[in-house]
This record gives sequence, C-alpha cells and structure tokens, in this order.
Amino acid sequence: MPRIANLLFAGVACLAVAMFFVAFNQMAMQDTAYTHHANLDDPAADDSRHVADQKTSHADESESSGDLEVSAVKFPVTIRKPSGPPRIELAGMDPQGRSATVACSTCHANRKPNIENVSAATLDEFHRGMTFKHGTITCYACHNPDGSDSLRMADGTSLEYQDVMTLCSQCHGPQATAFAHGAHGGMNGHWDLTRGPQTKNNCIDCHDPHAPNYPKMIVGFKPKDRFNAPADSDHDHQGADVHDSH
Amino acid sequence: MTATENGSPKQPSTDRSLPVIENFTRRAAVKGAFATLGAGAFVAAISPLRQAAENSSAAEFMQTHYTELSPDQKGDVIARLEAETKEKYGADVTIADDRPIPGTKFVYAINLSVCNGNGKCVEACHKENNHDRDTNQSYIRVLEMPKGTMDMEKGSTTYSGTVPKDDKFYLPVQCQQCDEPPCVDVCPVKATWKEEDGIVVVDYNWCIGCRYCEAACPYHARRFNWKKPEVPAKEINPDQSYLSNRVRPVGVVEKCTYCLHRTRRGKLPACLEACPTGARVFGNILDPESNIRWILENKRVYILKEELGTKPAFFYYFD
Repeated sequence: MPRIANLLFAGVACLAVAMFFVAFNQMAMQDTAYTHHANLDDPAADDSRHVADQKTSHADESESSGDLEVSAVKFPVTIRKPSGPPRIELAGMDPQGRSATVACSTCHANRKPNIENVSAATLDEFHRGMTFKHGTITCYACHNPDGSDSLRMADGTSLEYQDVMTLCSQCHGPQATAFAHGAHGGMNGHWDLTRGPQTKNNCIDCHDPHAPNYPKMIVGFKPKDRFNAPADSDHDHQGADVHDSH
Repeated sequence: MTATENGSPKQPSTDRSLPVIENFTRRAAVKGAFATLGAGAFVAAISPLRQAAENSSAAEFMQTHYTELSPDQKGDVIARLEAETKEKYGADVTIADDRPIPGTKFVYAINLSVCNGNGKCVEACHKENNHDRDTNQSYIRVLEMPKGTMDMEKGSTTYSGTVPKDDKFYLPVQCQQCDEPPCVDVCPVKATWKEEDGIVVVDYNWCIGCRYCEAACPYHARRFNWKKPEVPAKEINPDQSYLSNRVRPVGVVEKCTYCLHRTRRGKLPACLEACPTGARVFGNILDPESNIRWILENKRVYILKEELGTKPAFFYYFD
C-alpha cells in the first residue's frame, strides 16, 4: 500500500514538473521574440526595455503631431443643397406611359400672380389641398411673384432655390447660429477636418418648408434587457396597499 | 441447555469476521488519502486549462494585459483574433489597434429639445459594434422622461409607438466616459481603464467577468455578455478595433467606447451619423474652435447625477 501512495506522489510530481516546463518554454519563446525585436543584448534587463519602448512611442507621438501641424490643410464642410427649383410632376402620361415634370415657370409665366391668395385654402384650380402649417406667413412671403423659379427674400430681392437656407435664416436666426456651430442639424463624415470632409444637412432635408414641424416617428428598435422588460415589475416599487391585495 | 452453551464459544475466530485483504497500517492509509486529495486538487486546479484548450488557444490563455503587450505581441494577438473571428463567425475582419490622437479629449453633447426618442442611435450602435443579434443589445438606452426632472431614475425605456409624446422628453443614456470613473476604481484586475483622450476602455481578454463595474456604474452603461454573441457573417462590421467593436467573447463586460475605431481615425461616431434629428454633437473639447466648445459656452448644459462627482464627458443641453 505505501508503494501505491508513493506512485501517486511520483505521478503528481511528474505532472507538476511537466506543467512547469510547458509554461517556462512559452515564456522563453515570448522573451526571445521580444528581445529579437528590441535588439537588446541583455534579455533580462526589464527596465531598459521599458525605457526603450517609451522612447519609441514618444518619438511616434512627436512625429505624428508634427505631421498634423504641417498638414493643416482642412477638408471642406459641405452643406447639402437642393439641386434647383422644384419640378412639378404632371398628372397625365404620354401614350408610352411616361410621365413628365415641368418647372414652376411653365405655368406661372402665363398666369398673373394673385397676391390675394395667402394660403392654399383660397385657391380654386391648382395647388389645392396643400397642407400649410408655417405660422401666418403667406405664399408670396417666400415665393417670388416676379420669377416663379426663384425665392423672394423679405427685402424683395430674389434668391435661388439652392440658397434656401438664407431665406429660412431671416426668421430662424437662433437656429441658424446653432447650425453654424454644429448644435442644430445632422451631419456625417469627420469631426476632425484635418483627416476628412464633413457633410451637413440642409434645413429642408429635415423640415418641410410648408409644414416645418419635425414629423412624428415610430420607435422601431428595442434592446431586450432587464430595463426593457414588460412593465410588470412596477408593483415592486409601489406602496404596501398593492401588496395587500395579492 | 448445556449442549448449546458448549457449541457457541467455539466459533468467534475466523469464519464470521469481515474479509481483510492485507494488514493496512494507519500511516499508509493517511498517506494514500492525502495523495488522492492532492491529485484531485491538482486536477481541479488545472481543469480551467483543459477548458481553455477547448474554447481558446494556449496563446490566448498566456496573453498578458493589453498595456503590457509589445508591438510584436500585439500583432500576434490581433492576427489570432482575426483568425478566430474567421473560424467562429466566417467573416473576414480587420482588427486595428487605434491609439488616442495626441491633444484630443472627446466630449459628447445631446440636444434634448430636438431628440424625439426614435431610437435610431440605439440601432446604429447595435450594428456598428457587432452586438448579439438575438438580444438586440446596444450601448445606448433612450429613457422616456416626465417633463420637469432630470432624474434619470424616473425615466422608462419601455415606451413604444409614435414619438414624441406630448408630456414627455427623451433622454439617451450611454457611457458618460467619466473623468472619475467608478467602474475603473472597482475593477479587481485592472481590465478597464481611462485613456488619454478620455475614453474608458476594456481589455476584453483580461476581463474576468465579475461585473463589479456594471454594479458600480451609476448610468447603467455597462453590459455583460451572458452568452456567445451571435452575428451573421454578412452583418458583421469588419472595421474593428481591439479595444472597441471586435466581437467580444462570452462572459466579459463591454461598454460604449465613443466608437473609438471611428473617432480615433477622425470620423464621427455611428450613433451621431444615424440620428435623424441632428440632436447629437461630438468633438474635441481641447479645440477652442470646436462645436462642442461653442455649445458648452453658449447653451444651458446639464450633466447626469452631478452630485456623484463622476465628472462625465457627456453633456445634455436645451435650445
């Protein structure tokens, strides 16, 4: 019986030694790889290796910051723009089944503007049923009666559709200021303009000029975690009365 | 009576006693018992190695802390992780090792006047960071808050349907990248730390999954991987970083990193780009010309749970 016990002991001891060898070999391999890279003579000099590492990393930093200062060329911030005056889709189709769009001026060149019309409600032929919820301003506050393919500023000067943000900014100054500082309106691309460009939304990307309130949305995506469990556990936080009724 | 008395005392010697194989000394018995115990303890002690051999390579088991890896070792580790992702998920990914840009401190701000709780940021985070598809995990929670309070504990995340609701406002909460992070203080193995650009990161290969940090975070910003994340190969975002959105192993804690695999390359975070209302602003607070500086200087700015002294790098403002 002592023989069996001794055998067990010997086995355990052998296993331990084998484990030690495996671990040691791993470490040794890592060490050799390390020192080979660092080109250091003494592989045991831990401190000097650390110093060498720090030095190289510092060198990297100063190099890259130097690069930044040299290449201070900034990429542009592009504000999206409408492609041009809106086009009206025709109701009818040609015999080949193709529809077409026309410019505002196609009709408005012939029709005299009626300043009396302040909203879509008083129109009797075109643009009827249009929803208009933009305060008390009238059609010709923004649309140009003298040139239907352009907009009209408050001082009467005409403005291209592409520059619609200038028109909006007449009244919505605080929003325009916030937009200029990135505090209003979405953006894409780079925060760091030395590394890449940025694209910003236009007013009318998000706001319908005729009903500028931001539309309601439907929540589509919900993580499944304990905070999003059904509101079943609410009674835990209520008073003792609720518990009595159980 | 006499006959029976005569018969009984003859027997008690050998016939009825238990079979004894050998004369076993007490010393040998004790030795044997301790040897068995010792062998058992040894097997138990090395059993994690056996499991490690099944789940991961010896190289992973022997890997040191991220901050102590040499560039060569980092290269090996990253190559191994890429190969593992290919093997386990069938996706070709690139894992970079993005380091902080000198002279940056990242700060986030959200315009609560504009946020309408639609949750597109939550979804974008889910996709960008290779979260488990089954649990719809994400680093962002949007709280539906009653008007008149900034106490996030009064919010609810269970809202659904059409937003925004009239008497509510919406408070997106994610990691605040605190300057005094309680989650970092409690980590028993230093698997999480704060980097020079302010981002609190986790070495997912060093984390032991004790979840102290999850309990310590007052913003409920950390997540635990209860099971192996499942992401279809074609949905895996191949643009990854070691400290950021690489597919995390099971049993570790993970968190928002301000998308450091994007932001340390100069790009905007995924949640910001996804926001349809433009409520989110991101930037470098050390740059006096930055958007974020203008907001901090010109808007009414709030931080969450200010009284805790965590000093978040995350701000909320109203127009």
